[in-house]
Amino acid sequence: MATIDTHIPADVQHGDHEHDHEHEHHGNFWTNYIFSQDHKVIAKQFLITGMAWALIGGTLSVIFRLQLGFPDANLEWLRPLLGGWITDQGKIDTEFYLALVTMHGTIMVFFVLTAGLSGTFSNFLIPLQVGARDMASGFMNMLSYWFFFLSSAVMFTSFFISTGPASGGWTAYPPLSALPQAMDGSGLGMTLWLVAMALFIVSTLLGGINYITTVINMRTQGMSFTRLPLTIWAFFFTAIIGLLSFPVLFGAALLLIFDRSFGTSFYLSDIFIGGEALPHVGGSPILFQHLFWFLGHPEVYIVLLPALGITSEIIATNSRKPIFGYKAMVGSMLFIAILSFVVWAHHMFVTGMNPFLGSIFTLLTLIIAVPSAVKIFNYVTTLWQGNIRFTSAMLFSIGLVSFFLTGGITGLFLGNSAVDIQLHDTYFVVAHFHLVMGSASFFGMIAGIYHWFPKMFGRMMDERLGSIHFWVTFLGVYFVFFPMHYIGIAGFPRRYYSWTNFETFSSFADLNMLVSIAAIITLSAQFIFLFNFFYSIFRGKLAPANPWGATTLEWTTPRHPKHGNWPGEIPHVYRWPYDYSKPGAKEDYIPQTIPYSETPESNLPHENELIKLEMEGTGAIVVDEKKH
Amino acid sequence: MVSEMKIVEEPRKTLSMHPRKFGMWLFLGSVLMLFASWTSAYIVRRAEGNWLYFELPNIFRWTSLVILASSITMQMAYRSARRNQLSQLKNWMMATAILGLVFLAGQWMGWADLVRNSVYFIGNPAGSFVYVITGFHGLHLISAIIYVLIVLKSSFKGKIGPANMAPIEMCATYWHFLGALWIYLFVFLTINR
Ligand code: HEM
Ligand SMILES: [Cu+2]
Repeated sequence: MATIDTHIPADVQHGDHEHDHEHEHHGNFWTNYIFSQDHKVIAKQFLITGMAWALIGGTLSVIFRLQLGFPDANLEWLRPLLGGWITDQGKIDTEFYLALVTMHGTIMVFFVLTAGLSGTFSNFLIPLQVGARDMASGFMNMLSYWFFFLSSAVMFTSFFISTGPASGGWTAYPPLSALPQAMDGSGLGMTLWLVAMALFIVSTLLGGINYITTVINMRTQGMSFTRLPLTIWAFFFTAIIGLLSFPVLFGAALLLIFDRSFGTSFYLSDIFIGGEALPHVGGSPILFQHLFWFLGHPEVYIVLLPALGITSEIIATNSRKPIFGYKAMVGSMLFIAILSFVVWAHHMFVTGMNPFLGSIFTLLTLIIAVPSAVKIFNYVTTLWQGNIRFTSAMLFSIGLVSFFLTGGITGLFLGNSAVDIQLHDTYFVVAHFHLVMGSASFFGMIAGIYHWFPKMFGRMMDERLGSIHFWVTFLGVYFVFFPMHYIGIAGFPRRYYSWTNFETFSSFADLNMLVSIAAIITLSAQFIFLFNFFYSIFRGKLAPANPWGATTLEWTTPRHPKHGNWPGEIPHVYRWPYDYSKPGAKEDYIPQTIPYSETPESNLPHENELIKLEMEGTGAIVVDEKKH
Repeated sequence: MVSEMKIVEEPRKTLSMHPRKFGMWLFLGSVLMLFASWTSAYIVRRAEGNWLYFELPNIFRWTSLVILASSITMQMAYRSARRNQLSQLKNWMMATAILGLVFLAGQWMGWADLVRNSVYFIGNPAGSFVYVITGFHGLHLISAIIYVLIVLKSSFKGKIGPANMAPIEMCATYWHFLGALWIYLFVFLTINR
């Protein structure tokens, strides 16, 4: 094989070229599996940790759904799990209910759908799909995971302290979160929450710097920006958004820490407790909301974009069609990324904001619907008349498109400041974001696992269990979240422990029960997935090199890629990643590594031009040896 | 397996920069966002009224000059490295670190001035913001001094020179960034009394 040195500076390579060829890492268990710097191992660490968190977060939600769906039930049987949080009457402690909601939100948004999703797939796919041996800095990448682990440990610890975990909502609004005396959860639990979030932000920034650097600087020869798979574009934008918005949350959290522990008054003013004025004067709780949502809204796209990228890839592959509107997809993601920084105040319409300002934010918010619609349109047109293969990954991707649509539409209602006065802080908002963010991103993550499982573990997951998992989860999600629209329009506020005191809401008792039952079934269905996942790691069918007939680079690696990914030289890239069912081609896909000169039967005129150009341009002709 | 030789077009090389230097710029971007969030919060909070008006300590003007001077010495160190003048490199690096310490001492005296004027960390946010903003800038500057010392150490080992400019380049980038950041913060705080 001709050796052309990659242009990556030597100091980021793992050893020299010879070393790469015989890439066997003779490390021990600790360096290979625990403190590994291999992006694939780190990705799996993120995945497993994320799955553990998802299970915890899901269980929390079912516990508070029990309270909402069956307000009169005796929950004594939960005492072994919850201990003192079950009152003597066999009810969930009211303050613990708030802790449950808070931790559910925090865990799902940050630990599962940010770290578990981006952490897994950005790590796993970026080097493999751009053609790099590893991330720009394997060490920083390892640190990124361990900061996440530390953050997880701190957050997890807060479940076991006597005052319970943070309870002020995942948005941690002061004064509730700022005054330890406000409620039990605002004491040590909130401190641990803040520490965990600070560690989490460090982890995200370390990861993000690596992702961006790798995408820009370490692409293999020929992998121009227009040949990047849409997954990579999505991870790239996600990392940029994170890099710009997480420091703001960090800043907000620091000021909150000063208010809590040092007595400053950034967010606090004129508060009386038990008739006595607190010493804090001159602060503004709204300030926190501005800072929080300046991160918070971009954060929802940090959660969603990777899922959208994964979906683009899976839908194109399993429709056997080029993605419709590649440039429009990239453009709309860019547009979404930019817009996501100028719409944050739509979460604050009822904070007494100037109505004129409100209408500006309404306008900006509604504009986001345009690129979102472009994306949905492109998914549908890619599916249209495709040779669809309903693999589990494909089913979950289509599910994502469905949720993105139904959840996105309610965003338009909420985005109108006048309508939002009625809907704000009701179950309508809960329905909106669980469909568009929670379920859509969760489906993207699951789709990604089904699709890249063969590359991660060298075996296949069971497709039949996969489709059962899909149908139960898909229907379950709609049964859980669709009724919430009605409950919300009726005015039922979110985060309330109980609604039985209000006569108006009694008519929703049945609906609430239905939601809770659906939630329990949906959570149970995830055990099918867990079984499938762990069983297949050890007993699954051996995976062929390219099980889905996909074009991207990761499928050119061996079944179990070692650290360094390719045993020989890194393959070069000659075409974009969506040459599916190209007219005239022998097969219904052409991998990115096949030069145009080898596919004269399917080349378009401008591609023939490209051959000439590239042969002249460099003057040099590469002699490449192919094995058949 | 049959092997055959094929002649194919050569794909273009991709654009590529030094990954670590690039990563440094990204890091600076996130530091900038941290301070941008605080200065924006400052403006938003100030617009709401109930604001304490006070003069910034005079010494901040002098520390601004010190940090500008330190950027010059840093640039000199960089030039010496490029010209492979090791002893000068060491001297300029040491001068930079010392100026950094002088700057920090000045900031500390500024805080003392504030306290003398009864502007405390705890109290009206107008004062707290000044402490937080200058304090965290100072923390970053401490990290930069440590960075300078690390580079200084490797230049003692003769590892810095025209053949290996990346460490000092990154160090200089960070240093100049913090200098520019201070000037921005100083002007910002002066204008938005
Ligand atoms: C057409 C696009 C969208 C529009 C116009 C929109 C609009 C809104 C508005 C106005 C709210 C505030 C409702 C309130 O609190 O009263 C909201 C809440 C929310 N949205 Fe969206 N949204 C859109 C898409 C999305 C997407 C794509 C995601 C996530 C991937 C998302 C996630 C959320 C979340 C998490 C909340 C609630 C946060 C909370 O209060 O806890 N939205 N949305
Ligand atoms: Cu939003």
